[in-house]
Amino acid sequence: MREAASFEQLLAAKEIVICCGAGGVGKTTVAAAAATMASVSLGGTVLVLTIDPARRLADALGLEALGNNETQVPPDVLRRAGIEPRGQLWAAMLDTKQSWDDLVRAHAPDARTAERILENPLYQNVSGRFVQSHEYIAMERLYEIHRSGRYDLIVVDTPPTRNAIDFLAAPDRMAEFFSSRLLRWITGPGRSRVVNLATRPFYQVADRLLGSQFLEDIAEFFLSFQTMYPGFIERATAVKRLLHDRRTTFVVVTTLENAPVREAEFFVSALADQKFHMGALVLNKVLPAYLLDADAARVAERLVAAAPAVAAAVPDAGDPATVERVLREVGVSFSNFEVVAKREAELRAELAQAAEVIVSVPSFETDIFDVGGLLRIGRAVWGS
Amino acid sequence: MSVALLDRRLLLVTGKGGTGKTSVTAALALLAAQRGTRVLACEVDAKGNLSDFYESPRLSFRPREVQPGLFAMSMSTEEALQEYLRLQLHLPAIARIGPLARAFDFVATAAPGVREILTVGKLAYEARERNYGLVVADASASGHVIGQLVAPKAIDELVRVGPIHDQTGWMLDVLGDPAITGLVIVTTPEEMPVNETIELIGRVRAETDVELAAIVVNRVLPELFSHADEQVFERLREPEVAEAVAAGVGDEGGYGAGLSAVFEAARLAVTLRRTRAGHLDRLREALPAEVPMLFVPYLFTRGHGLRTTGQTAEALSAELGY
Repeated sequence: MREAASFEQLLAAKEIVICCGAGGVGKTTVAAAAATMASVSLGGTVLVLTIDPARRLADALGLEALGNNETQVPPDVLRRAGIEPRGQLWAAMLDTKQSWDDLVRAHAPDARTAERILENPLYQNVSGRFVQSHEYIAMERLYEIHRSGRYDLIVVDTPPTRNAIDFLAAPDRMAEFFSSRLLRWITGPGRSRVVNLATRPFYQVADRLLGSQFLEDIAEFFLSFQTMYPGFIERATAVKRLLHDRRTTFVVVTTLENAPVREAEFFVSALADQKFHMGALVLNKVLPAYLLDADAARVAERLVAAAPAVAAAVPDAGDPATVERVLREVGVSFSNFEVVAKREAELRAELAQAAEVIVSVPSFETDIFDVGGLLRIGRAVWGS
Repeated sequence: MSVALLDRRLLLVTGKGGTGKTSVTAALALLAAQRGTRVLACEVDAKGNLSDFYESPRLSFRPREVQPGLFAMSMSTEEALQEYLRLQLHLPAIARIGPLARAFDFVATAAPGVREILTVGKLAYEARERNYGLVVADASASGHVIGQLVAPKAIDELVRVGPIHDQTGWMLDVLGDPAITGLVIVTTPEEMPVNETIELIGRVRAETDVELAAIVVNRVLPELFSHADEQVFERLREPEVAEAVAAGVGDEGGYGAGLSAVFEAARLAVTLRRTRAGHLDRLREALPAEVPMLFVPYLFTRGHGLRTTGQTAEALSAELGY
């Protein structure tokens, strides 16, 4: 298969685009911008599945109070931003708790078992945190939506994890957890298995530590949960297959700061190791190129070094002391930002080999919170 | 009057990913050590990079002195469990290895709060034992920190008898005592981090007994101009004046790319600062009056290491009035 030469081709060729990267790099915004741009310029029905969008962005997309449901962004919202969309833009937010509840209902053998699980106090705590539950449920939802066949393209934002690779391993871990010998051992035949094991040294220690009531609660919970085993395993395997499918690609988003770049590099190599398709690298919030301009740097230095002389050259600009201070401030500020821009340039050079497609999104001066803003980002991604 | 930040014995530092939580943790610990306190800095996330901020070798569960009077460690729930079993329950070594560790791993995967309580328990233990004057923890990011803070309460409710149950009491005492424990939330003056901070403040108050000790606003851009300065700046950018500035600088090309880029950069700095000021106003409004906001300037530096940790500590020192 020919590799995509641009971000646009990548989005045109794939059905699922998964945006990942360190926390705070702007994954959500990049995902929303890519989906918006795809619906506008490629057409078709495009969905952006976001995890935790900024409230103003959610409002702008008409996502308020919609939770798990997929909703179309009204075409008027796009028209007001001066765009006549060719396709449809849809959006959905991931509600972890709700998704887990749905999953339990879908896989429990009967309604009574489902209710028993949903009401178990352990489940209530666990569904929020269970084995990387955010990561797993995001991929699970993606699978479900993709299977519905309603969308030509799905762009997914991933949950903030310290270790961005976690969600790739989530389906495996989930399957592993359910196949665990210990789980079968604890929940083996007979409800009071745990108590019957009371003579075992392990149980004696565990009992001393936790009390038999707690152990029984756990056993009870797992007994119910166990009934979902076959469905779960099958599903986790299918989710994993989808992530490896050639219709799926990964977009790594990073800012040009040390820690996120290190994480992006790690992610890129992990994707390669596990044979996932690495589609593009998005460098977000990049400082303007003029900060690297050598003439400008020289001017800035002169402004600082010779502020009084320069101020004297513009006698009618205002109070001389103020003019001098402003000129110096302007020079210092440039040099400050130049340091950061140089650091960014170095990191960018380090990343040059990381992907076939590398695009930059400039650092916008104001927050991105409407469709117009998303389109500005989208055009930057498309154009570079 | 609330307790001065560094006079507490346990500071838990949290915040949205990417705001500089670890850098602030490193700086608070360094500052306290510089002021003569014996300090333990602990990264709760084993994959953290606290050692980068001290330019020290990789950290482990066993604290290492990274600066005079400043010890740093990396949390490991497994080792914390072993230490706990040895110190608190006097369990024989045989019970601490093999099947129990595996079983623990399994239970901890499923049961809420088990991993968290070991982490919080270890921190609270160090604070209680006074092995250190101050323990500063680079705790989980804001999405997960509540789980850590409520762990003793959750365990207290789930495990109703036995030595683990008995352990939760003193942990709750340590965490809930504002003279001992304080939560520090790190944010940057940007929309999402501020939103998440406001949300977290609400949850901390509603769901935990831990006192919010301070908000650290990281990467604050400098205020370039006063109002009068700004008028002068606008005047300087007018073409004929700018032409004269370019001549004064000795830019032979006149008001060319060089000077206009420099002006553009200043305008960018002003706009960025202004957009962000709005988010800070929102944060201040949402914040209880007694909780201090400490500002750390944006550091225009090449990398992050001991030197920038020192600069951050200096900024915090000034903000704390030292």
